Amino acid sequence: MHQPDSRETNGSDDRPILAVEPAILVANVVKFFGRFAALRGASYRFAAGHLYVIVGDNGAGKSTLLRIIAGLMEPSQGSVTVLGSASLRSVAQRVGYMGHAPLLYDELSGMENLRYFAGLYGMHDLAVCRNAMQMMELDPDLSRRVGQYSQGMRQRLSLARAILHKPEVILLDEPFSNVDVHSAGEMAAFLGRLRDSGKTVLVITHQANVMGQVADAFVHMAAGQIVTAPSSNQPARIDSVPARTQ
Amino acid sequence: MSTMTMARATLAKDLRMEWRSKDAINSMLFFGLLVVVIFSFAFNPNAEESRHIAGGLIWVAFLFAAVVALNQTWARELRNQVLDAYRVSPAPANALFLAKAFGNFIFVAVLELLMAPLFIVFYNLRSVGPAWQLVVVAVLGTWALVVNGTFFAALSIRTRNREMMLPLILFPISIPALLAMVDSTTSILTGEASPDFWMKMLLVYDVVFTSVCLLLFESVLNAE
Repeated sequence: MHQPDSRETNGSDDRPILAVEPAILVANVVKFFGRFAALRGASYRFAAGHLYVIVGDNGAGKSTLLRIIAGLMEPSQGSVTVLGSASLRSVAQRVGYMGHAPLLYDELSGMENLRYFAGLYGMHDLAVCRNAMQMMELDPDLSRRVGQYSQGMRQRLSLARAILHKPEVILLDEPFSNVDVHSAGEMAAFLGRLRDSGKTVLVITHQANVMGQVADAFVHMAAGQIVTAPSSNQPARIDSVPARTQ
Repeated sequence: MSTMTMARATLAKDLRMEWRSKDAINSMLFFGLLVVVIFSFAFNPNAEESRHIAGGLIWVAFLFAAVVALNQTWARELRNQVLDAYRVSPAPANALFLAKAFGNFIFVAVLELLMAPLFIVFYNLRSVGPAWQLVVVAVLGTWALVVNGTFFAALSIRTRNREMMLPLILFPISIPALLAMVDSTTSILTGEASPDFWMKMLLVYDVVFTSVCLLLFESVLNAE
């Protein structure tokens, strides 16, 4: 994958995570679906300019947490602050989200998709869309519709859509699902470079080994709680691997 | 970012997608054609009878056909959960609503343009009153159908039986508009009464429901 084109100076550094200002603050978040509690008091401090990998079993509450951070859901209790604002709508321009589903229109080509989504962020420069596709090693001139893309191409285009507007916080839910090992490794390296350029990146994945070389910390979730919590009072698990800070 | 700029971009995207798939327009046309043909065989009316029943037939046909398009509107946004991409963006919710409503208006208007000659031929229709008023009624009536339909289709997208839910919610709330559409059309076709009252009622209905839908749409879009 190509280098991200926005190079910022406040990128990842060697300071311990706790010393860095949080980009995302999750405070005692509870989320009920009917009587079922998907999140049971999750708390965490995600430092700016770091790359976190959120891992846990199915049903641990990872996607729910990410959707709450993205502003797609309201927590039943507790609060989430993103980039210093409790109103996630007000920082929407600075946050990028890639869901478990591709969030793309099958009937449109890759460029047509990106042009539309760029427009939602007030960006009308075609070059931005072309760059985003080229960064993901996709051909901007490919007229084939997204519905005819391979799974790997869809995932890469979905990632291009999420980072199109150069967000400061990037939330990715299973970006490597249905992606071959080689492409997943390239995507992981790309995410590492995004972090190096100052972005805060949260990645949910079941393929934690892919992120081993680039992650700053692995955040474990179980039964609706964050069980690795260096910055909160939650019980921490020793087997978490803050890869780059150790 | 202006709401209208966003709405234009979303409308252009929807029209492009419909042009390629023709999902909504084909379903509506097929349904509309069936109604025209079957009703013409069932009633076999003369010209005078036609003028009295055509208002009801035309609008019932358009109402049922419109439901097909209205269900398609949000189905596209649910595939691949694309609606989430809109919700996380800073684009205003009302831009999405206006784009969808205008899109549906265009689809139903195309249906009406294509079906009108068939109604005239099959029912031997001639307007006794001023025919230009039919155009005004068509515009106001179509907007009444699509503005509520777009809103309630959005409201029902997260329900399990959304294709059944939409008519269940939409038809009762559309009764005043439907009454106004049918009576004004019949008044114009027969020339027996002035359609002014019904046309004004349609206009008021459109203004009230457009305002209410715009006020409430953001809550509907972000409802869990």
